[in-house]
Amino acid sequence: MDTSPVEKVADRTQPVFSARAITKTYQVGELEIHALRGVNLDLFKGEFMVLLGPSGSGKSTLLNILGGLDVPTAGQVNYLDHNLTAYSDSAMTLFRREHVGFVFQFYNLIPNLTARENVALITDITQDPMSPDEALEIVGLRDRINHFPAQLSGGEQQRVAVARAIAKRPDVLLCDEPTGALDSTTGIIVLEAIERVNRQLGTTTAVITHNAAIANMADRVVSMSGGEIAEIHINQNKRPAHEITW
Amino acid sequence: MKAIHIKLFRDIASLKGQAAAIGLVMACGVATFVMSLSLLDSLNGTLNTYYEQNRFAQVFAHLKRAPLNLNERIAQIPGVAHVQTRIVERITLDMPDLREPASGQIISLPPNPREGLNLLYLRAGRFPSGTRSREIMVSQRFAHSHRLEPGDSVQAIMNGRLETLRVVGIALSPEYIYLISPGSIFPDNKRYGIFWMARHEMEAAFDMKGAFNDVTLSLMPGTNESEVITRLDQLTEHYGGLGAYQRDDQLSHKFVANEIHGLRGMTIIVPIIFLGVAAFLLNIVIARIISTQREQIAVLKAMGYRNIEIGLHFYSFVMLITILAVIAGSLFGAWMGRSMTVLYTEYFDFPSLQYTLKPHVLLLGFLVSTASASLGVAHALRVAMRLPPAEAMRPQPPLSFRPTILERLGLHRIVPPPIRMILRQLERQPIKTGLSILGIALATAILVVGSFTQDAVDYFLDLQFNRIQQYDIDVVLAEQTNDTALSTIRHMPGVLAIEPYRSLAVRLRSGHIDRRTGVLGLTQSDGLFQLLSMDGRSITLPENGIILSTRLAEELHVRAGDSVTIDVLEGRRPSLSVQVSGLINDFSGLSAYMNLNRINKLMRQQHTIGGAFLLVDPAYVDALYEELHNTPRVAAVNVKSATEENFRKTIARNLGLVRPFLIGFSVIIAFSVIYNSARISLSERSRDLATLRVLGFTRREVSMIQLGELAILTTIAIPIGLALGHYLSWLTSKSSESELVRIPFIIEPSTFVQAAVIVALASVVSGLVVGRHLDKLDLISVLKSRE
Ligand SMILES: Nc1ncnc2c1ncn2[C@@H]1O[C@H](COP(=O)(O)OP(=O)(O)OP(=O)(O)O)[C@@H](O)[C@H]1O
Ligand SMILES: [Mg+2]
Repeated sequence: MDTSPVEKVADRTQPVFSARAITKTYQVGELEIHALRGVNLDLFKGEFMVLLGPSGSGKSTLLNILGGLDVPTAGQVNYLDHNLTAYSDSAMTLFRREHVGFVFQFYNLIPNLTARENVALITDITQDPMSPDEALEIVGLRDRINHFPAQLSGGEQQRVAVARAIAKRPDVLLCDEPTGALDSTTGIIVLEAIERVNRQLGTTTAVITHNAAIANMADRVVSMSGGEIAEIHINQNKRPAHEITW
Repeated sequence: MKAIHIKLFRDIASLKGQAAAIGLVMACGVATFVMSLSLLDSLNGTLNTYYEQNRFAQVFAHLKRAPLNLNERIAQIPGVAHVQTRIVERITLDMPDLREPASGQIISLPPNPREGLNLLYLRAGRFPSGTRSREIMVSQRFAHSHRLEPGDSVQAIMNGRLETLRVVGIALSPEYIYLISPGSIFPDNKRYGIFWMARHEMEAAFDMKGAFNDVTLSLMPGTNESEVITRLDQLTEHYGGLGAYQRDDQLSHKFVANEIHGLRGMTIIVPIIFLGVAAFLLNIVIARIISTQREQIAVLKAMGYRNIEIGLHFYSFVMLITILAVIAGSLFGAWMGRSMTVLYTEYFDFPSLQYTLKPHVLLLGFLVSTASASLGVAHALRVAMRLPPAEAMRPQPPLSFRPTILERLGLHRIVPPPIRMILRQLERQPIKTGLSILGIALATAILVVGSFTQDAVDYFLDLQFNRIQQYDIDVVLAEQTNDTALSTIRHMPGVLAIEPYRSLAVRLRSGHIDRRTGVLGLTQSDGLFQLLSMDGRSITLPENGIILSTRLAEELHVRAGDSVTIDVLEGRRPSLSVQVSGLINDFSGLSAYMNLNRINKLMRQQHTIGGAFLLVDPAYVDALYEELHNTPRVAAVNVKSATEENFRKTIARNLGLVRPFLIGFSVIIAFSVIYNSARISLSERSRDLATLRVLGFTRREVSMIQLGELAILTTIAIPIGLALGHYLSWLTSKSSESELVRIPFIIEPSTFVQAAVIVALASVVSGLVVGRHLDKLDLISVLKSRE
């Protein structure tokens, strides 16, 4: 345990998530694919974490497991002092509903609902959410609330997705390549929205990206490779989103 | 409204065409269900109340003549609750608005006509008074068809004497809800009626003082009918008893019961077809929605929507269609039920046939459609509920590639690419393709079955009126008389040929099975009444044997060559064993035929006849009727052309009422199946089609791929549907078989052609509608969207 990357960030005290010895294997026909091979990772309260790594290194798999969207083949995930891996499917659903906000690469908005209605999907089922308008205000889309996804640009759609994720005031915000489909200008606007949520609401945030420049925003940068954590780097020189370019 | 519900309504709105098409099919199912069940309720309810209130008897017997004191001995039979003896006789009437004489039965009324059994329902006027003479009551339909009203007079021949009778009342009887003259195949209200007269007058008119010739019984609850019948037969045997029978064999009741039985079958089969097709369509539509919304489902689950909420979301879609369909179907079904009630009152004479629609029918309709719809979408919903969110976020893996038959046969090189696309698509989803074909085939089959009835009726009429009955007029004589009557009639004006006959009431036995029926004795001298074998050949009556209708042979479990026992129920009541020498093709009743000479020898009555078939010269018809009127021994004159016309008119109108529904129903099914499968393959293939368009294929060429699929499905389905229709018609013909009628299994080629054309047209129309969607295909957005 002494050599494990987790030990190196000893100054952090309050893990929101802690994953221990997580493995995930997929059986595809004869083939056994090891997506995760014994990952240990903590995610601390209020931190902004960036996950880097080549394609297929297991980033999405890890994030999905942390967010209760998927279950590991072996290992244990704790959320505060709850053992997530012991949760039933419906308990997991409730956990997601109450605590987790997701943002995906392809926005995944419901095409026949307006921006406000897409956010309302979440606020309808959670306790003490913001109003959809308030959430859209945070991402700077106050004047687009009645537009359908098809009437919005990719960046705007992704900001709606961010608004949707934060409207419930989640404890953690998990973003899987939120800027993957966007150009740099739009990407930065989305990142600013995420950054604002992290800073103003103190939401613990993890962002997967292929874009090393984004790592400059992070408190901590976790690099993955081949289903394992290769390196954890603490960013002493955290920069705001608007200063980043790529 | 919650956002998830807004999504639901927008989803439905974007699929409104498909949802409406499915809803329509479901509504047809609900409508037929509600219609037949409510009709069944109404008919059963009306019948039971009528029977109960008017004390319809349970056992019936006719005999020649018995003294009134036999009454007490009948009452002593264990289980008998009430005995009513009466006098029932034949009557002939000379109606001013009819060239030929009308005939009927006249029945005695007890001193207090409101007591006893088979009470009359007084429609107008009053019962005959005890004091004034020659007062009668007339059955409603006869009265209506001659515009008779209380106070009118009619000329009648009773017991050979011409009488003037005064109509005092119009009545209905539970014994004659369906009124048909003996030996006839169809009711004729103008030429046959029932009349009632005070008993003391009947006794005088028919020399029946202190006697009776007809008895009806009611029984105590739980009594064994057949035991009572055996006892009654023993008591009446010495008095010329024709054999007692129970309510189930009473003619009017038999027809009503037959109709109720048919309705019961309809309550089940037709709704099953519609609801089955609707369930299948819902299945493919919901499965398609779920597969296109895979990622939306995943994202909802990621947000924390529960599996059950996702399931309910799509189920609400199904339930909304179902509820709307149930409402529309119930309204339509109630309307059809009401119209059918009107149709029934043309056949059946009830004091009032009230259409009642009980709430439980609607509830049942709702439950049945909900259950079938739920069953249809259960699998698709389970897929949606079980969809693991993390996995659904990835694009759906392509269907595993396996070479299609086309490739395996190496035909793919010669078949052009567009057709290859179609065939692969059809072959990759064999269940969906198969069910689509089955749906279209069902629509075709319904059309075949619908027209088959018409073909069968046409065949039946042709057989009955052109090939079996070669005569023009059937003259029924009042009693079995000496054949001097024959030469009298032979010399009447316009008679071209004459052939006597005699009918005999018998009980036919084979083993422990027996049937009461009549044997018709024929001479076949002039070929006026043909006996036709199953293959249409004319059969000559043998010297000694008996010819049976196919149905009667089946009932008795005998075949040609076997022997049956005849117990004659008339005269000296002889018994005799004869060989079945042949079977004939006959579609109504249970008939049997023998040589007239053989019958007379058996009865030891030389030269006795009961009537004669006549071939007449149309120029002399009026003079002939005049002469027949004035011949007291003539009891009835049945004019073939009048019967045929009456039959054709009623049947044609009724089939005409039902046919539009059948065509409408099958067009709805065909359209709905074709439209839905086309819309779904359009949605599955819009990327491919858009790609082809981008590559330079014209709109026309792309449309051909889409419409080609419809054409292939329809082309495969139509022959299957025709075969299925052929089979269902056979089934209908088989299951319609009763002792009363059977529907011949005859389908004209034009029926097949018509069914195929209608379905093909429905296919073209749905193709055109789908084609419009194809034209609107937005190339950019289809290619941009991730699938
Ligand atoms: N459902 C699945 N079935 C089979 N293999 C899977 C499945 N999901 C993921 N994998 C495999 O697991 C490995 C890790 O996948 P994951 O999606 O976590 O990678 P990633 O780091 O997010 O890659 P990318 O940057 O391309 O999104 C890959 O090799 C992938 O093919
Ligand atoms: Mg990934």
